[in-house]
Amino acid sequence: MELIRGKVWKYGDDVNTDVIFPGKYTYTVTDPEEMAAHALEDLDPDFAKNMKPGDIVVAGKNFGCGSSREQAAFALKYAGVGAVVAKSFARLYFRNAINAGLPVIQAPEAVDAIEPGEVIEIDLEKGELRCKAGTFRFPPLPDAVLGIFQAGGLIPYTRKRLGIEG
Amino acid sequence: MGKTFAEKVLGKKAGKDVVAGEIVEIVPDFAMSHDNTAAIAKTFEKIGVAQLYDPNLHVIILDHAAPAPNAKFAENHKEIREFVRKHGIPNFFDINRGICHQVMVEEGFALPGLVVVGSDSHSTTYGAVGAFGTGIGRSEMAVIMATGRIWLRVPETMKIVVQGTPPEGVSAKDIMLKIIGDLGADAATYMAVEFTGETIERMTLASRMVLSNMAVEMGAKIGYIPPDDTTLEYVRPRARKEFEVIHSDPDATYAETHTFDVSDLEPQVACPHTVDNVKPISEVKGTKIHQVFFGSCTNARLEDFEVVAKALKGRRVHPDVRMLVFPASQQVYLEALKKGYLQTILEAGAIVMNANCGPCMGNHAGIPASGEVSLSTSNRNFRGRQGNVEAEVYLCSPLTAAASAIAGEIADFRDVL
Repeated sequence: MELIRGKVWKYGDDVNTDVIFPGKYTYTVTDPEEMAAHALEDLDPDFAKNMKPGDIVVAGKNFGCGSSREQAAFALKYAGVGAVVAKSFARLYFRNAINAGLPVIQAPEAVDAIEPGEVIEIDLEKGELRCKAGTFRFPPLPDAVLGIFQAGGLIPYTRKRLGIEG
Repeated sequence: MGKTFAEKVLGKKAGKDVVAGEIVEIVPDFAMSHDNTAAIAKTFEKIGVAQLYDPNLHVIILDHAAPAPNAKFAENHKEIREFVRKHGIPNFFDINRGICHQVMVEEGFALPGLVVVGSDSHSTTYGAVGAFGTGIGRSEMAVIMATGRIWLRVPETMKIVVQGTPPEGVSAKDIMLKIIGDLGADAATYMAVEFTGETIERMTLASRMVLSNMAVEMGAKIGYIPPDDTTLEYVRPRARKEFEVIHSDPDATYAETHTFDVSDLEPQVACPHTVDNVKPISEVKGTKIHQVFFGSCTNARLEDFEVVAKALKGRRVHPDVRMLVFPASQQVYLEALKKGYLQTILEAGAIVMNANCGPCMGNHAGIPASGEVSLSTSNRNFRGRQGNVEAEVYLCSPLTAAASAIAGEIADFRDVL
């Protein structure tokens, strides 16, 4: 797995799915580029305009709480977000992110140490996050779930499992 | 060592002994999807399997924007109807049936001891009848269509014990808001919640559904309530499948236990913009409101209509307030009609619409304007939730909603009625 390296966009606790990808778009906006343009719209309208592919979203506890809508994970993935680092994740968001192939890292101490705007580095294989304040370790994904993530998400994983090529 | 409900039900489905923390792969008993079925169908088609694993597994209910408010939503519904026809899915309920979670219970798909997943976070509602009901993502539902399977982590369990008789008019919604406010929006993340105690044993099934429905607002995977005679009396005549009542063992291991005494509980209100920002009515009353939304999968059942109709009887909705009413299902609508509740509500100046989700997630039918306050019996008050980031949403019980509609501001029903 490649090293993830990007600029930090830092937010607070309880960033919910309605501000990540508003409910009013959930049945009408399906094009990946258009979804990316709405990422984090109701939390930080500048995010989608100014972020660069590879940038990293850092947030407090309970990231992605609320709806089951997986577009909240796919919108960040399509925008090119390198990873989301949070103190904790809501369970549905965690599942959806894995299924979308979006790296989600639970590292509460690192979140406190990371400063907005700094460039950080994440090594998924070693379970290490490096920022100005130092190096922080995080637990790897359970084996049963790692396979889905490594395949690039649940759909490619399922195709592989069913022996469907391409 | 004893096992929890979650360990027992997932162990039974996986065909082996499991403990919290393990990951199992299972075939659910039913899989519910709603207006998001069109997107799920497209993902299913991407997988490259021609047939559904089992058309009988799926229950599809249109409710999120029903009837369609614009051409895009209409296309969405059309694609779903075509998909249902193409694959011969027998359990399809079009826009004339009601809110998905209510319909799942009324139609006997949510049953004790079954694993029922839904591509909607409020699928925790099925815990009210003793099912393992949980929300999943769209891709996961597409994979269930293709393979029948889903992975689930066996959750640890948090026990919530509720004791005491609440003061008159203080309802399950007030109790649940109090619990979420005290414990926090992430208190039960990755966990199963089991509600027990004398207060819950005395509750109607409709009231229990409020607790299970909102369990996800504290991060829970399920909101299980042990089935009893109240449950069985309801589910037996409508069961679509054989079921088995499963209880936690008396010596099961709980990660946490919290006890609440509701004997002196005041009406509760969740303030903007998080569900755990809960205050007693005494601290919020007097807040000016512009819209009352009485509806949603949380609080729009017959007993809620009874309470609201009694409150509105012979009174008027305040001239500065729009009161929007959405029954949880067509069945509730008809019952409320027969009992005269709808007439009372209409005579008070409220607007009664068809059974659907309404403005709950900002799709249609009552989006608040900028600077307005929407007081809602629904379950979420996140910024922008009802379709406008410049509006504020407060959450309360149906009785508080009715009293406030009359007063034109958030009100203590004991002052108004």
